[in-house]
Amino acid sequence: MSITLRDTIKDTVKHHLTKENGLAMGQCLTAVGWVGGTLPELYEEDGMVELSMADVAGGGFAVGAALAGRRPMYVIRYQGFNWFNAPMIINYAAKSKEIWGVPCPMMVRSIAMEGGIGPVAGSSHHALYYRMPGVKIVSPMTPYEYANMYLEFMDSDDVLYVSEHRGAYGNTEELPNIEYNIPDIVLFPISITRFAAVEAAKELEKEGYRVAVHHIVNIKPFQPSESDRNALLKARHGIVLDDDYVDGIAKSLAFDLSKGINADMHVMGLKDRSAGFYPQVDNLPPSKDEIIAKIKEILK
Amino acid sequence: MPLNNETELKIFRKAALCRAFEEETFRQVQSKNVKIPVYLSAGQEYTSATLATFLEQYNKQIFIQHRGHSTYLSFGGNVEALVYELLGDKRGCANGMGGSASIQSKEKQIYGHDGLMGSHVPIATGMCYGNKKLTLCFTGDAAAEEDYSITSIGWASTKNLPIWYIVEDNNLSILTKKKVRRNWELDSVAKAMNVNAFGINDDPVELWNSIENHDITKPLLLNVYTNRLFWHAGAGIDDVNTFDRHKIYIEKFGKEVLNEAEHIVKEAWSKCLSR
Repeated sequence: MSITLRDTIKDTVKHHLTKENGLAMGQCLTAVGWVGGTLPELYEEDGMVELSMADVAGGGFAVGAALAGRRPMYVIRYQGFNWFNAPMIINYAAKSKEIWGVPCPMMVRSIAMEGGIGPVAGSSHHALYYRMPGVKIVSPMTPYEYANMYLEFMDSDDVLYVSEHRGAYGNTEELPNIEYNIPDIVLFPISITRFAAVEAAKELEKEGYRVAVHHIVNIKPFQPSESDRNALLKARHGIVLDDDYVDGIAKSLAFDLSKGINADMHVMGLKDRSAGFYPQVDNLPPSKDEIIAKIKEILK
Repeated sequence: MPLNNETELKIFRKAALCRAFEEETFRQVQSKNVKIPVYLSAGQEYTSATLATFLEQYNKQIFIQHRGHSTYLSFGGNVEALVYELLGDKRGCANGMGGSASIQSKEKQIYGHDGLMGSHVPIATGMCYGNKKLTLCFTGDAAAEEDYSITSIGWASTKNLPIWYIVEDNNLSILTKKKVRRNWELDSVAKAMNVNAFGINDDPVELWNSIENHDITKPLLLNVYTNRLFWHAGAGIDDVNTFDRHKIYIEKFGKEVLNEAEHIVKEAWSKCLSR
């Protein structure tokens, strides 16, 4: 049986706590669910640290633990909570190496989900960190990507924001790029939108469209590959897809991807409005059908 | 062990160095050799000088507030590195990036402040949790009001951490007095959180007596009533009649120590300015 992303994360956390003297810190970690099944059943004596419900201070406690060399995995159950959790991570931990020459390596395990959870808890909010220096952002959606991300984290002394999505926890498959010699359009999806992008590309292939999908895992620093740029150069049409609002990372990456290329770039993400709790007022990331409609509109 | 004359002289030496440094920096700001916002701590030096003397033998990590020159110097921070820092030189204690408010000393385990009021309180608490080392966290009476500062004291109590919160209470947030901002005291809040706490003056004898029986493995909060002699930022005096404890100590121990301290400071400034 293939291993899920959920089990990969759980094994990674277990290794971190039991073999690396690391810490996992957060609120309500050991309650029912163990944060979506991604935490091993360990307790404070093992390094699983229940924080108080003081959200702002909690981020500071994690930063302090990082200064002590414990490489904390700071678990944030809903990415929108970063409005409270982030200040000391991005103003102290992320700057410490540059200002004082004192590295403060920590991992922010920031978890997204959506659908009926309202205006704060829903979706990804990685753009909150994106504009600040000294922080790396990665969004692994597969077991290999997560394991690889952890190895890189342990090899570095950086502050790493890991944009997770509960919708991917059950995934067992890797997500290779979909490529064509001469694509009609290239999709550059982030986070959970990667699954919808692949579905859209496969469905449109049946109708004769050549929709390339170039997955974005490393969001910051973002270095478009030669393959990304070549595909865009040939297609002349591209869409960056995000699970966050488009006025942030999506537009920035669209600029980075198309710099010097005469390409028609588009973005899709959360709509520019607040989410409500019922389906008719929710604000969800682009679905397969919405992506298909957008592609057809661009290529008509 | 009660505070004896010899130890009190040691405290005075540290305080004299701090005062000489701040007075010289005052002059350097006025003469525009220092061109950044500077937060002078003259008047507040007896708190850090006393605690540094009391804890001399302990391995400790120290978090300082933006008005931290005296804390840095009391705990042994290098004088020249601080001068260089104020001049924006790469040889400064924070590589010329920290200015006056974000100074540090790796050698003395003094950690810099990021500029967000009171953010170092949870960070100090988290570091103490991470390595269980004796941790000192200095804040002003305004930063200590931050919600995350107060909840940090609660978490330290819950986890029974060896951390000392030292509130340097000069009764001012820039120029807004404490009674305008709140009707409660930090030591009362800490006591409510089951933390050993005192509200005391910055008189070294009083301070020493309050801490000498404290179990060093447990959290402590000291709300120390003190006085800021100079402006919130820059070189100026708000009130020439502000109480100055230093005068009492000069009277007690004479001016020889002052002259030594002034010599060290002037030499450091002269050396750094000439390079």
